[in-house]
Amino acid sequence: MAETATRKPRGKGAPKGAEPGISKPELTRAYRDMLLIRRFEEKAGQLYGMGLIGGFCHLYIGQEAVVVGMQLCLKPGDQVITSYRDHGHMLATGMEARGVMAELTGRIGGYSKGKGGSMHMFSREKGFYGGHGIVGAQVSLGAGLAFANWYREDGAVAVTYFGEGASNQGQVYESLNLAALFKLPCIFVIENNKYGMGTSVDRASASKDLSKNGSPWGIPGEQVNGMDVIAVREAGERAVAHCRAGNGPYLLEMKTYRYRGHSMSDPAKYRTREEVQKMREQNDCIETARRLLIEQFGVTEAELKVIDDEVKAIVQDSADFAQTSPEPDESELWTDVLIDDASVVAGGR
Amino acid sequence: MTQILMPALSPTMTEGKLARWLKKEGETIKAGDVIAEIETDKATMEVEAVDEGTLTAILVPEGTEGVSVNTPIAELNGGATAAKAAPAAAPAPAPVAAPAPASVPAQPRAAVAEKDWGPTKSITVREALRDAMAVEMRASKDVFLIGEEVGQYQGAYKISQGLLDEFGPKRVIDMPITEHGFTGMAVGAAMTGLRPIVEFMTFNFSMQAIDQIINSAAKTLYMSGGQLGCPIVFRGANGAASRVAAQHSQCYASWYAHCPGLKVVAPWSAADAKGLLRAAIRDPNPVIFLENEILYGQSFEMPVADDFILPIGKAKVEREGTDVTIVAFSIMVGLAMQAADALAAQGISAEVINLRSLRPLDTETIVRSVKKTNRLVTLEEGWPFAGIGSEVAMQIMENCFDDLDAPPVRVHGLDIPMPYAANLEKLALPRIEQVIDAAKRVTYK
Repeated sequence: MAETATRKPRGKGAPKGAEPGISKPELTRAYRDMLLIRRFEEKAGQLYGMGLIGGFCHLYIGQEAVVVGMQLCLKPGDQVITSYRDHGHMLATGMEARGVMAELTGRIGGYSKGKGGSMHMFSREKGFYGGHGIVGAQVSLGAGLAFANWYREDGAVAVTYFGEGASNQGQVYESLNLAALFKLPCIFVIENNKYGMGTSVDRASASKDLSKNGSPWGIPGEQVNGMDVIAVREAGERAVAHCRAGNGPYLLEMKTYRYRGHSMSDPAKYRTREEVQKMREQNDCIETARRLLIEQFGVTEAELKVIDDEVKAIVQDSADFAQTSPEPDESELWTDVLIDDASVVAGGR
Repeated sequence: MTQILMPALSPTMTEGKLARWLKKEGETIKAGDVIAEIETDKATMEVEAVDEGTLTAILVPEGTEGVSVNTPIAELNGGATAAKAAPAAAPAPAPVAAPAPASVPAQPRAAVAEKDWGPTKSITVREALRDAMAVEMRASKDVFLIGEEVGQYQGAYKISQGLLDEFGPKRVIDMPITEHGFTGMAVGAAMTGLRPIVEFMTFNFSMQAIDQIINSAAKTLYMSGGQLGCPIVFRGANGAASRVAAQHSQCYASWYAHCPGLKVVAPWSAADAKGLLRAAIRDPNPVIFLENEILYGQSFEMPVADDFILPIGKAKVEREGTDVTIVAFSIMVGLAMQAADALAAQGISAEVINLRSLRPLDTETIVRSVKKTNRLVTLEEGWPFAGIGSEVAMQIMENCFDDLDAPPVRVHGLDIPMPYAANLEKLALPRIEQVIDAAKRVTYK
């Protein structure tokens, strides 16, 4: 029984101890992916502290369930785009930890050959379109990915992540309007981690229910417990089904939490230690999944250890690679500014 | 008796078609009655009567094309003094600052041999732009046009006329007034490999979207280590039109040319417009394509060859000369050509370079010319500070300082927001006398 997919809703009315709306392999994958992101980010934090990573570095620790749960709903060909807090999204879409970590250290082995850094990595192959440093810009771009799907009629869906801070940007509303107007297959995911840098959502947004932010344009929205990967997956399935059916965009407000500061240089004085600690102890997405795997699916500690070890090995390998991969050659300064295509005027394409 | 004159229905209209009379001779007319329909190059407009009286004579029959503004089109008996029919929603005609009249072809004398494209025909810049888009849209389904009023309205400046009919609403897509949003959306679509043409009604509105143009379109290729290109064209009217004041009269050449990751093109003639727009649409990089509203209606000789295309990054020597090099782009090339004619009459032989492309800048062609003439005048409509003229002059300093016989001189728009008043606007834009004076200064004549 446990091996078959069960899609029972886990709404508020679901009785305690009810079967989870997820199969064992799915939850196992989710656990593994969330753990990979957690361990990867912890390592990135370490390397930052050692001076091996420079500039901005925004860690995703605490929010892993959001991207991992959503990713369970997607198919190859679907696209993902997000802001600068992006390492988790890269790993969730299947990008290699080595390439991500080496980009953080600014090495040639990084996804952008060391020229993009933490906030700017991409993988067309994995459907990951960045990694964008201008708060809110990725929302219009994400509408553009969905526009391309609409234009090509290829059935793909674009998932556009942004924070509750970005949700106040003007172009977000322009994009919601455009997406609704053209019925673009775009899932807008607001990752509401309660703080836009140091400003709490209460102090930044007059709207108290961000899931309604698309309502003027008739965009259906849901508030989702973003600390629960199963709840995220279920809401994600509804959103994906809505978009694939040609009904236009969908909005999900994920109530989530980041344990670390906005960036590595954030002392996080705007909230108490107790608040963070409480969230970690009571709502941590990885602990919840782990408990569920053991209690509901009968996974053993030994089996989990295999996953933990695999993740640890991947992260260690990525850190080693990120320190041994050479810095980009000086000649890389001048590459990739423009694409040189002599065939343009010759008549070719 | 009162004469009703052909009204100007847009700031740059110089002539139009009298499409239809809605009143007959002998009919009584009240102020506010719609008496005729006039087609401009942009739209069909209704003409309302200002005066009351009896329509005694129709002087220009319906269907007449090319009726110049201020031509008497009818006579009214009983009216008092006012003479001009009021356009439904447009200001009175303004004298256009510098350009050649619409009816006079301003085609250059070919000076330096470009590729010979064979026979030519006279065509407006407007038609050339439309044809370029149509040809490239036929060639690739990935190419589409989005912008405000590009579809059903047929283009705010009628550049996209007929494209909706041919390509349908999925490829000629009307946008709400939301430049920031739709520019970002188009950039996102381009990142997947589609080839959007984004029309800004004018480039003034591109400032709403400039973050997406610079930070997203221009930089992502570099930031992705070459993975994610952005094949997109941003096009529209740039620079001063006529009497539209400071917020609508600005040259963005220097703004965009400043930024690596972009190509920036500024055509003058119809051939420039078609050849360069085709190249821009095919280009795998983001291209800023700066058009000029006043040029839209001007006619030039253009090659008819199906495969006619011009390379981005090459300037054109529009006129050969030996005494001074005048470097200009867009509408200022026309002014430079007029100045060169005037200078020739005074015994000064000016070479005129039409830059065509601002980024990359064809420094080689400019240097070759200055090595011959030893004198440089730059000419642009935009502001002088950190302008294109400054860059051209500096390139000459760096590349052939020793060939200069005089310090270069910049002719440019005044360093002020554009005034509305007709006399002030004229003074704010480069004038032919200034170009002639500059050429004389550098030749010490």
